[in-house]
Amino acid sequence: MVEQLQVPPLRNEGRLAAALDSDLLHAFLRSRIAVAATLITVTLVLAAVFAPWIAPHDPFDLRQLNLLDSHLPPAWLADGDPRYLLGTDDQGRDVLSTILYGSRISLGVGILAVGLAAALGIVLGLIAGYAGGFLDALIMRIADVQLTFPAILIALLIDGTGRALFGEHRNETLEFWVLVLSIGLSFWVQYARTVRGSTMVEKSKDYVLAARLIGIHPAKILFRHVLPNVIGPVLVIATINLALAIITEATLSFLGVGLPPTQPSLGTLIRIGNNFLFAGEWWIAIFPGITLALLVVAINLLGDWLRDALNPRLQ
Amino acid sequence: MLAFVVRRALEAVLVMLVVALIAFALFRYVGDPINQMVGLETSFEERQQLRQALGLNDPVLVQFVHFVWRALQFDFGVSYQFKRPVTELIAERFPATMELAFVSALFSLVLGIPMGVYTALNRHSWLSKLFLAVSLIGISLPTFLIGILLIFVFAVTFQVLPSFGRGEVVKLGFWSTGLLTGSGLRAIILPAVTLGLFQMTLIMRLVRSEMLEVLRTDYIKFARARGLSDRAIHFGHALKNTLVPVITVAGLQLGSIIAFAIITETVFQWPGMGLMFLQAVQNADIPIMSTYLLLVSGIFVTINLVVDLLYVSVDPRIRIDRRVA
Amino acid sequence: MTQPVLSVRNLRVEFPTRRARLVAIDDVSFDILPGEVLGMVGESGAGKSVTGTAIIGLIEPPGRIAGGEIFLSGKRIDKLPPAAMRRIRGKRIGMVFQDPLTSLDPLYRIGEQLTETIATHTDLRGAALRERAIALLSEVGIPAPEHRFDNYPHQFSGGMRQRVVLALALAADPELVIADEPTTALDVSVQAQIIELMKRLARRHRAAILLITHDMGVIAEAADRVAVMYAGRIVEIGPVRDVVSAPLHPYTRGLMGSIPKLDGALDRLVQIPGSMPRLTAIPSGCPFHPRCPRVFAPCPIHRPELRPQAKAQVACWLYHPAPSAQSEKPATLRGGSP
Repeated sequence: MVEQLQVPPLRNEGRLAAALDSDLLHAFLRSRIAVAATLITVTLVLAAVFAPWIAPHDPFDLRQLNLLDSHLPPAWLADGDPRYLLGTDDQGRDVLSTILYGSRISLGVGILAVGLAAALGIVLGLIAGYAGGFLDALIMRIADVQLTFPAILIALLIDGTGRALFGEHRNETLEFWVLVLSIGLSFWVQYARTVRGSTMVEKSKDYVLAARLIGIHPAKILFRHVLPNVIGPVLVIATINLALAIITEATLSFLGVGLPPTQPSLGTLIRIGNNFLFAGEWWIAIFPGITLALLVVAINLLGDWLRDALNPRLQ
Repeated sequence: MLAFVVRRALEAVLVMLVVALIAFALFRYVGDPINQMVGLETSFEERQQLRQALGLNDPVLVQFVHFVWRALQFDFGVSYQFKRPVTELIAERFPATMELAFVSALFSLVLGIPMGVYTALNRHSWLSKLFLAVSLIGISLPTFLIGILLIFVFAVTFQVLPSFGRGEVVKLGFWSTGLLTGSGLRAIILPAVTLGLFQMTLIMRLVRSEMLEVLRTDYIKFARARGLSDRAIHFGHALKNTLVPVITVAGLQLGSIIAFAIITETVFQWPGMGLMFLQAVQNADIPIMSTYLLLVSGIFVTINLVVDLLYVSVDPRIRIDRRVA
Repeated sequence: MTQPVLSVRNLRVEFPTRRARLVAIDDVSFDILPGEVLGMVGESGAGKSVTGTAIIGLIEPPGRIAGGEIFLSGKRIDKLPPAAMRRIRGKRIGMVFQDPLTSLDPLYRIGEQLTETIATHTDLRGAALRERAIALLSEVGIPAPEHRFDNYPHQFSGGMRQRVVLALALAADPELVIADEPTTALDVSVQAQIIELMKRLARRHRAAILLITHDMGVIAEAADRVAVMYAGRIVEIGPVRDVVSAPLHPYTRGLMGSIPKLDGALDRLVQIPGSMPRLTAIPSGCPFHPRCPRVFAPCPIHRPELRPQAKAQVACWLYHPAPSAQSEKPATLRGGSP
């Protein structure tokens, strides 16, 4: 008699179990670089977020500043003072504290700008991909034209226009938001393109056609079904973008068209310190520089690794 | 082919018109041109007369046409800060920026392409890993920080290279060059490296990833199956296929070099257009800002056009009419 | 007995991944005689292409040949150093791939690609080199070869391109040509031409052919003998006429049954239920047993080996004494009982 043999049915693994066993997590833990990069990023981010609590001094409290303590080198050098671990600048501000507060601002602007760019880009990409036709052509045209110009130029232009427009009515909050706007507006294109591509792919799928037949509002279709499929690549772009946004902000602040000196970001600090390089007081510029470099390199490493890990063709 | 060229040229003109519109809008509506030009004591009637004389009361379209017409004749108005024609100012500073851009582009290509090829062919060697590490730093560090660090090392600590200025320049007709003097050459090294480092790493990574892709294609596999030497495969077939897209990207990068020159010129006090533009932004000097915008857009659009044409002439698949056997 | 051009013994190819070591082909053995066309047929993923790639030494790391030997005209080639293997490729073993469009470098003229290949393996240079290339083009049936010499690949149609590819593969007169799905990417009308051309070229150059394909029709047209592969193993191998008309292995029977016949009753298309197992989940014993209509006791436990049966060889417990379970025999069994 012929025995009937059957292939045993697959066990229904939980999604968490599948995620923990996933190639992505495993590759992540095995890559020392990725782990190190994440640790550094997380440390810096936490330090920045909790700056008001962990900074040894408040560098912006004018009452705490002592001009006699100015121009001090780092604690381990000859004239150093252990109270000011990394030295002080020309106004007596503790460099370590300014770095902590500065990182906070740099990160803040960076994240806000990326958020703006992503939101704008995703929405425009969804519209372009779904609506097609004239709207799509228009949005993509604008994107193409904008892409011929480097982001820094666009940011500079928007910033400069903002300055000219608001003239004497400038104040710090306005400058802050103009900065965020100018950086965000120069970066939306990449998101829009990626999202548009995915939208166009999803649009022709049966379930979308079915949903449209039933009469579900296109916005709901876009947000419920298309968006989740696009999150992966958007995350990769956002990570690499964050580094770029931080660099752009630092550059603009260094050039003097970013944040005002009362709310210094790392870029502003470097600009201030630049004036003292030749006087031999290198710590005022170099330490913020190292912090900036570390932050950006770590974020870039993470984004790089993420992109390689999510790219099936490079396996 | 001709149709393609004509179409691209028309598109370029269209883009320039749009940019001109933005520049014009800046010029006309941001801030008040009259207030910028006259002193506080000028009376209201005199301002009105000036307004009429300058044609500021004409319909917008007329003003725009005048604007474009003057621009085509290289008349860009007068700077608010310096009270001199913008055209003169730009002509003075143009050679400095162009030389800097050219030398950095050269630097980035001459170093970037071989490094990219090496890291693609020797994926696991320690030198490749070193190159990739350096490239990561090159991409991550902001241009100004690289400049400052270089100044700190070579100008402050070792004092072998100057930290600002162009050195001695030689005038050839209307062009002033720093490349013919010893001090000029020394002065351009640090700025060129600063400006070019980012581009170099970009090119290196691009060449690397393109080459890795090419090495996985069927025609490379077939070439191997035919017993061709590694040299023929890597530096013949693979390299040629890699460089075609790289040329276009590198060309486009030239435009962004000109933009990033703003930062480098600031760090090194290099007397170019970028530094002037930055000062214009800081002081809301609209004529310089909008002229710089027009000029740079013109350069970008031209570069894009040239690169497109170059691509078409290099890739035979697009060049030759599609005649099927 | 003439010495075979190609002799493969117990070949095993593995692909180590993080989770497991995937065995792509396991214990594969066969010979090809000079001038013979051996077809290798099976579904996608059966290991046919891997076999071809292993023979020519182009398995990409981390994949590797993990066991067995490959002999080319009596000399062992699987353990040669890279430089020596490179000299064999093209000169003694040629290979043709599936897609002629992607097989040719789009930026080089086909004349250049030809002369480059010929120059690598011969001493011809200059005018003689070009003449040889043009002669090859003419031999594969490209009209006006002196003019087409300067054309780029995209200026040819699919069938013409595959002819150029054949010219390139045969440029240095190899003893063995491995053709991996040479007709799959072509129009049906062109397929027959290319098959004819291949057979003619092989006869004229006295080359043997390993014809890898999933298309039984091509095998029936072109091959002298055929090897049927399943899950990385050869399950049946024999003369084409016998295997096609009297298939022994149940899988082969399923394959033959799936070819629609013009004559005969209009039955339903025979399907083999299920699909070939993934490399990560190869069944124990005979890998075909979960889908086999004739499965019985020894099948899930013991792996059958290729043994002679009639004019062919087959790996199936239906034909050879199984290690245990002698008493269990299926009711219908054609041919004598073992």
